Amino acid sequence: MKKRMKVLWLSAIACNGNTHSFLNYPYIEQFLNDFEFIYHPVIDSDYTLQEIVLKDIPCDILLIEGSLSDEFKKADVSVIEIIKKYTKKVKKIVTVGTCATFGGIFRESDYKDVSGLHFNQEKRIDKFQDIFKKTVSLSGCPTHPEVLANTLYAIKKSAELHLDSFLRPKEYYAYTVHNGCIRNEYFEYKVDKHKFGELEGCMFYDNGCQAPFTHASCNKILWNEVNSKTRAGVPCVGCTEPSFPKQNLFITKKNMGIPENLPIGVGKRAYLTLAGISKAFKIDRLEKKLFDD
Amino acid sequence: MSDRKQGKKEQIMQVALELFASKGFYSTTIPDIATSLKMSVGNMYNYFKSKDILAREIIKYISIYLGKKIRVINEEDISTKEKTRKIIEIYFKTATKKPEMIDYFLRIYLSNREVFKDGCEGMICVNEFVTEVMIYFEEGVKCGDLRDQDFFSAFGLFMGYLGGMVFLKGENILPKELDSYIDDISFNIYKALSL
Repeated sequence: MKKRMKVLWLSAIACNGNTHSFLNYPYIEQFLNDFEFIYHPVIDSDYTLQEIVLKDIPCDILLIEGSLSDEFKKADVSVIEIIKKYTKKVKKIVTVGTCATFGGIFRESDYKDVSGLHFNQEKRIDKFQDIFKKTVSLSGCPTHPEVLANTLYAIKKSAELHLDSFLRPKEYYAYTVHNGCIRNEYFEYKVDKHKFGELEGCMFYDNGCQAPFTHASCNKILWNEVNSKTRAGVPCVGCTEPSFPKQNLFITKKNMGIPENLPIGVGKRAYLTLAGISKAFKIDRLEKKLFDD
Repeated sequence: MSDRKQGKKEQIMQVALELFASKGFYSTTIPDIATSLKMSVGNMYNYFKSKDILAREIIKYISIYLGKKIRVINEEDISTKEKTRKIIEIYFKTATKKPEMIDYFLRIYLSNREVFKDGCEGMICVNEFVTEVMIYFEEGVKCGDLRDQDFFSAFGLFMGYLGGMVFLKGENILPKELDSYIDDISFNIYKALSL
């Protein structure tokens, strides 16, 4: 049997959403032939959490799920100490999810100084500076299972990962969620009449969709190989971004009718000029229901 | 297009603009415009293929002219209150120095929609101008000076007021020069739009 890479899945302050989401990875059986969890919160593993914390167990990749705080303990040991212990021996550290990467929703919890491993929202923190270069961030709430699996395979094969400034692989995070959205025609012609769950209409203008300024591949690598939020008729909530979660996720923040957040890299004048032109035309096909029988 | 040709085009638009504004759109013919410019009618058609096309180009020309002026104000590091006053000043200054521009907008563009229906749908031909007004509003709301509301309710208040004053001036109904109303109108508009 080929050598399996040893992976530790360490949950910090987490809802375990990434843990559960990863179970939907369609090729999990194959994955478990190639990787071995020395510890995982829900998958059977050779060691208990106590053993992981107390003993010196060989490990190749450390996966961190959940936000970090000096106050938070696992098996009576500070999670920060556990991370320090394993980061010394592993080849790579992967922050799985937005909490482990940027702090996420648990920044609102009662724990003190909650943050991600290297970032507190957009701000870089120095606590783990020595391991910055061997970290990969996979933000998302949750992280897409295929993004996690493919990244681990890339690490296994020692493939070079091109990372953005938040250490996210560009392969998955250089795109926006808008890329591949099947509502692009509605966006182009500013057809904003949308009701949640409907096939028609773009959700950027009124319903809070953050797809044009959110870095992720949700419309390129579909969820459960089937769908994405925007395809199903729910706005992208920007879950891969340092600012996640914002408030009022289902309403587009506008100032005098102009969306406060514009598609990445598009200047206000360029946006308004294009929008003014698009809005001038009424495209009948896009105003109607796709299926009217 | 060469600078020379562009210059000539602008010269034609300026003359046509004056004629349209003074004589009316339908009473002004291409030969009238050519005569004013001491150009042959044939040569005129090298620049504009029809009177309707010329009419549409003129409204874009005015929109770009005013849009550029407002853009300069938008890019200044001043309060929304000061911006409001400066936009009103520039609008009235244009109405005084180049009355044909505002007249054209009010009396030709808004009154002869059939000429503009193909090619000037919605606000396409006044895009530069409207975009700058939008930016003025948007930035005013963002910095907490203006109250958030529907764009058109604010736009109507702003442009309807200014257009109305210029129209009254054009009808020789206003007893005073436009400039002398700037203080009060700036006060009124800012008060109506601010938080």
